[in-house]
Amino acid sequence: MISTVALLLCGPAAFLATAILGAAVSRRTFATRLVYGAAFVISAVLTAIVAGHLAGNSGEASATLPLGLPWTGARFRLDGLSAFFLLVVNLGGAVTSLYALGYGRHESAPHRVLPFYPAFLAGMNLVALANDAFSFLLSWEFMSLASWALVMAHHRDEANRRAGYIYLVMASFGTLALLLAFGLLAGPAGTYAFDAMRTAHPGPLAAGAVLVLMLLGAGSKAGLVPLHAWLPLAHPAAPSHVSALMSGIMTKVAIYGFIRVVFDLLGEPAWWSGIAVLLIGGVTAVLGILHALMEKDLKRLLAYSTIENIGVIFASLGLALAFKANAMPSAAALAFTAALFHVLNHSFFKSLLFFGAGAVLTSTGERDMEKLGGLIHRLPVTSFVFLIGCVSISALPPFNGFASEWLVFQAILRSPELPQWGLKVIVPAVGGMLALSAALAAACFVKAFGIAFLGRARSAAVERAHEVDRWSLAAMAVLAAFCLLAGILPGFAIDALSPVSLSLIGDRMPVQMAEPWLSIVPIAESRSSYNGLLVFAFIAISASLTAFFIHRFASHALRRSIAWGCGFTDAVPAAQYTAVSFAQPIRRVFGGFAFRARETVDMPAPGSLEPARLKVDMHDVAWEIFYQPITGAIDFATERLNHLQFLTIRRYLTLVFLYLVILLLVLALWP
Amino acid sequence: MAVILELAIQGAQMFSVLLLAPLLIGFVRKVKARLVRRQGPSVIQPYRDLVRLMRKEVVLADNASWLFRVTPFLIFAATWVAAALVPTFATGLEFSWAADLIVVVALLGSARFFQALAGMDVGTSFGGIGASREVMIASLAEPAMLLIVFSVALVAGATQLSTVAAFMGSPEVGLRVSLGMSLIALVMVAIAENARIPVDNPATHLELTMVHEAMILEYSGRHLAMIELASFIKLLLYMSLISCVFLPWGLDSGGTGPKALAIGAATYLGKLAMLAILLAVFETAVAKMRVFRVPDFLGAALMLALLGTLLLFVSRSL
Repeated sequence: MISTVALLLCGPAAFLATAILGAAVSRRTFATRLVYGAAFVISAVLTAIVAGHLAGNSGEASATLPLGLPWTGARFRLDGLSAFFLLVVNLGGAVTSLYALGYGRHESAPHRVLPFYPAFLAGMNLVALANDAFSFLLSWEFMSLASWALVMAHHRDEANRRAGYIYLVMASFGTLALLLAFGLLAGPAGTYAFDAMRTAHPGPLAAGAVLVLMLLGAGSKAGLVPLHAWLPLAHPAAPSHVSALMSGIMTKVAIYGFIRVVFDLLGEPAWWSGIAVLLIGGVTAVLGILHALMEKDLKRLLAYSTIENIGVIFASLGLALAFKANAMPSAAALAFTAALFHVLNHSFFKSLLFFGAGAVLTSTGERDMEKLGGLIHRLPVTSFVFLIGCVSISALPPFNGFASEWLVFQAILRSPELPQWGLKVIVPAVGGMLALSAALAAACFVKAFGIAFLGRARSAAVERAHEVDRWSLAAMAVLAAFCLLAGILPGFAIDALSPVSLSLIGDRMPVQMAEPWLSIVPIAESRSSYNGLLVFAFIAISASLTAFFIHRFASHALRRSIAWGCGFTDAVPAAQYTAVSFAQPIRRVFGGFAFRARETVDMPAPGSLEPARLKVDMHDVAWEIFYQPITGAIDFATERLNHLQFLTIRRYLTLVFLYLVILLLVLALWP
Repeated sequence: MAVILELAIQGAQMFSVLLLAPLLIGFVRKVKARLVRRQGPSVIQPYRDLVRLMRKEVVLADNASWLFRVTPFLIFAATWVAAALVPTFATGLEFSWAADLIVVVALLGSARFFQALAGMDVGTSFGGIGASREVMIASLAEPAMLLIVFSVALVAGATQLSTVAAFMGSPEVGLRVSLGMSLIALVMVAIAENARIPVDNPATHLELTMVHEAMILEYSGRHLAMIELASFIKLLLYMSLISCVFLPWGLDSGGTGPKALAIGAATYLGKLAMLAILLAVFETAVAKMRVFRVPDFLGAALMLALLGTLLLFVSRSL
């Protein structure tokens, strides 16, 4: 009888075999179909195995492979948490491979994508399975490097090279932080297996340091502000299906790492750890979506919106930490389940939206929204599914984004019972930030859909656009269906998540599928309940009843005419609202503190025929506050250290001697 | 039997909302006209307008897409469902457990989302200007509204509107600072959300000042009728919300017989009339703001709501 873990480990092995095969045949015409087809089959099989494990509530399983460090082996383990994240990874991988079967045919450099794509999937699978620090870090680095290679697929573009470089630097920094965190967890005995870490509880100082290091390490990969700088550069630089994997799936693997260490290995959290995570989450959500609103590149807008959603997830995890520290397990289970449900939902709609952006890119060659417009006429199916993605991500009922945000708000409403004053003040403020980011997200996606898909075409490329291939459409339709299903039947997902929250929090949300009419009731029915199915049915019924009534009794007459323009018939599509002008009111409201935005109007002298010019000056504050001083300091230090390179042999010998003396002194004085 | 009665009450509430909404608008207009010593149109003029619009042909812009034609029905359905979830003259609605106050706010958000999209569909500058200003206003009004929901929910211990209304009617509530702040904030949000003076002027078609009207400029005929009716219902919804949360007296708590129902209906109409007169007086007394003063107005609402919530986190009795 082969164990589930061994079965699941065959997955990465198969992915790696596909990668090698892909490298060998990458220049042949059938390579695209071969690699993506194989990746699709492997991911689908893994999804089925993991879903079976989750549904059957089959507990834990572990395996040790004679790989890695000599005499110790590499440990792997499957529990509820890894099963859930493996489901997210492989479901996303399967749909992405399906999409890539069509999208990948337009790839200009397939030999730079095909070998790394399955390797990337293998890396993400291994991270979720790893059960010791060594295999975890190795898989983590493997995942980072494979995705870096994919970011560099179109390396002739200067911007992509810069994105790749920054990504590499940030990924190394993140891994360094993780390495230190595991070092602290391992303690002086150096037990690097997760099972040993779980039983050894570090002191409060060490635990605090581990939390900070995890926020740095996993947070930089997930895109927490201010460590997000690489994300909006690197995610859009990759081919669109890889962007979907990076934004929709890889950020979730980072969240898995954070949960694994902070909720599982670290033991009981301190109450202030909730404050740190909550605040960072709230700030990340607001700044991420504000940046997204200012963006006019469709894929970068989506990448920034990923940062917002990561912020929501972290804020919810922070709530769970605060509740867990204060022995309120039912509230902690609610916040934790809300976070995990949002992880699942975000992987659905963010992949869907990146697929849509990829479809727009294939059919028009444009990512810049200022050159799109009117695509709803040219790409009817793509625009319909993209609209579903926009509605879901804007947290509008009855779609899935709303269901998880609703749970987050319900968790916030449990928090006045928290005893600490710090939390009492922070939680409502963070609740306000989440509400603000939800409203701004709706504004952002009105802009994304309205500018890119509605209105009139702003360039000739759009007028020539055609609907994309069937594979891509099928992948997008599947995700759109998932968005609706998870929105109207959230009880399934919540119940499936109960083993995860039971094992990490020690409590679970009440059973949802037993509720009448499939509503979700997080606490008690008199307190709050939501029934996505009924809301959906009500809207559908009343809309169709109204439509029936109107068509039965009101006038049928309909006449096409030119749009009303106050007497002007402005034929120029350039006179439409643009992405930048759409965001202008919001920039004026929030830009002052978020971007230090300044508008200057350059008026010509009276009588002059020069045009007046409006100049908007915006800054990335995080970049200026955190990154520029660091790069400046490194420049300064290297400049100084440069002198060391040209010393005489006598001076080198003096330096070595001095160093030895200092070292001995330190040793002598060390208690 | 009880189920049938409750279903009947639910149905009665849904359709009374539909029927009352134009009357409420007509009444507000009439009071406003009388306040400036005009005769004003009859209170049933909105019904006549709706019927007239239904009979007219639809003039559709050349490049309007399917979204433009579907949106009026979506807006209407979302607003109507939201309104049906707010208790008017009786609590204990049959389907009140299907959605709570947060869902009501989010349903109105859905309606606005599609309205803004429809504004951008034809590709004229007016639609764009309206949509972009509407989302700016919403980006402040919606978080303020959610924070108000938080305060109310913390006081009542539930986000379920029926529970909230029943709790607010009980004597243990008393006067609370946080509820006072929420009420002021809710009134400010309601003014902004319903495009009333001083945030927007429902009677204007002057390009530079309009927000709501700019988005629906391309609509005509039956489509326009649906959107107008939805905006009437929205005003009624906010007034019902204010009266069921902050003026819960006389509300029938379910299953107490026809007398209680009658009292509930009569007090409900009285509350609506009072709020409508207050709205008309307020609108006559103040001038419309510049668009970029609106964020200050809504920012004040947001801060009030946040302060109210914060007070409740500090002490449950404030």
